Amino acid sequence: MPHFDPRSLLRHGLITTAFCCAIALALTVSGQGTWDVQLAYSLGIGVVSWLVIDLGRVLLARDAGWPHGWRGGALIAAGISTGYVLGSLIGNAYSGSAQLLPHQQGAMSALVITIAAGAGISFFFYSQSHARHLQAHMAQAQRDAAEARLKLLEAQLEPHMLFNTLANLRVLVATDPPRAQAMLDHLIAYLRATLSASRATTHPLADEFERLRDYLELMAVRMGPRLSYQLDLPESLRSVAVPPLLLQPLVENAIRHGLEPQVQGGRISVRARTRPGPAGPLLVLEVHDTGAGLAATPPAGEPPGSHFGLAQVRERLATLYGTTATLELIAASAGGTSATVTFPLKPVTP
Amino acid sequence: MTAPAPRALIAEDEPLLAAALQHALAQAWPALQVVATVGDGLSAVRQALALRPEVLFFDIRMPGQSGLEAAAELADAWPADTPFPALVFVTAYDQYAVQAFEAQAVDYLLKPVQAARLQKTVQKLQQTLTHQAPAATVLEATMAQLRHLLAAPGMAAPANPQTNAPLTLIQASSGSQIHMVPVSEVLYFEAADKYVRVLTATHEHLIRTPLKDLAAQLDPQVFWQVHRGTLVRASAIRNVTRDEAGKLHLALQGRPEKLAVSRLYAHLFKAM
Repeated sequence: MPHFDPRSLLRHGLITTAFCCAIALALTVSGQGTWDVQLAYSLGIGVVSWLVIDLGRVLLARDAGWPHGWRGGALIAAGISTGYVLGSLIGNAYSGSAQLLPHQQGAMSALVITIAAGAGISFFFYSQSHARHLQAHMAQAQRDAAEARLKLLEAQLEPHMLFNTLANLRVLVATDPPRAQAMLDHLIAYLRATLSASRATTHPLADEFERLRDYLELMAVRMGPRLSYQLDLPESLRSVAVPPLLLQPLVENAIRHGLEPQVQGGRISVRARTRPGPAGPLLVLEVHDTGAGLAATPPAGEPPGSHFGLAQVRERLATLYGTTATLELIAASAGGTSATVTFPLKPVTP
Repeated sequence: MTAPAPRALIAEDEPLLAAALQHALAQAWPALQVVATVGDGLSAVRQALALRPEVLFFDIRMPGQSGLEAAAELADAWPADTPFPALVFVTAYDQYAVQAFEAQAVDYLLKPVQAARLQKTVQKLQQTLTHQAPAATVLEATMAQLRHLLAAPGMAAPANPQTNAPLTLIQASSGSQIHMVPVSEVLYFEAADKYVRVLTATHEHLIRTPLKDLAAQLDPQVFWQVHRGTLVRASAIRNVTRDEAGKLHLALQGRPEKLAVSRLYAHLFKAM
């Protein structure tokens, strides 16, 4: 059974009972009969209606704890009518009345009270459960979002990279303070960009290339002669708006899966250019490496976070540009890998 | 003390860090002579075998092969007449590695290496070197540690093993065709350069899935790792022979060739 929660059932039962007692008390006070007879009718009708509606709800319900659409209404109507008929019989049995209905007017008012009370209580329960459901839904969404943010941050601030960079920095502080300072500046810029990347929606392509330079400079200190790189950004494309750190995961992959496994290291080049597209010019950003190549990249069971980079770039492109953007990963024939991102060229809006 | 000065080899791919470790060791242990510094896992094994130092500092993440794989290869090829060197692993950040090292009581250093921590390691190493246990015992203990480390999550094995159902079919492409090879017919898998050879009684196929990943998807009771590059169906092993050099070789049912067992996995074969 979906969403069977004995606690909510019990709570509904108790509220129903209390409400029935209140109705019985009100009817007694207004002189409709003795209190015990009123209580028998009231409880009979109330408890039966509650049982039918609440158990039916559990059986029929989907995600919100209540059946959707007409089935919800039908269930309440069925509950109230069953409650009225069975409850009246229970009341009759208690009071010893042979008639199904004591007299016309009493029957009418009993029916009205039953319908009003049943519908009211049902609506109360429904809105309560609906609110709880929405709350749970929102909490789940918040948890998911927080988890996604954490994953993104973890992927960007890869601890291994951070600690190795700090280890290099620690060495340079003693041996080559000016170089240490330069490295620290790159690290600061890299951290600042990484930590604020989720907030800005776009930045100029020149900034994007500067951030890549920060990262590559850090890696160049660490890898020494094993890494050489080249950034190629035409003057005319410097102010084109791009999503921040879009290329970062591609450059990281080029290092991690291309150059790092290779004893002799290699070269990374990042290029920006334009080409005509069906609906206006397209911006083409290419990250090429002369590394170990796609074949050497294990398709499964690699260190955590590696596939996440590509998936993240794809997802961002899809969100921002829909189907007009593409990400291509090509194994170069001479070894090495080329990752190309293409999306519509848009001027920076100031 | 008339004992010769202890010698060390440093394997670290980041040049600045290698130089810094050497520098820090010169302060913490002036008598120690760093005989070589290499930048990848393949040179590490070559140089260690050629120079036979008493102490090894191996970075975990290195090009060529990891420090752990290098240590395993070294243990396998190490000559019996020389005590196996004392091993210290160096890693920047790896919660898996640190857990595994702690569990196996293997000494490790975290980068950035701090003087006080290095001093402790040096003391431990000095003690180990003065109370040298018999060579065979040291090697045996080291191999047991390495076996555990290689099997630890996040080390050689994938960090987040796939919870998929065990592999039952191997899909091997040849030209424009894909051959479906039931795992139940496979006698052994052998790593060969960028490929893995899949051998049945009658056929040989090539696949690109690394052996490590295959191993994670196969039942370890059915397929035994007997070498860094070999997974063999245990029930297909007919007999095990020991050659003059003490190396074990497997003969299989249904295949003519013999498979070498690496020293690391020789413990699997013992008469009951």
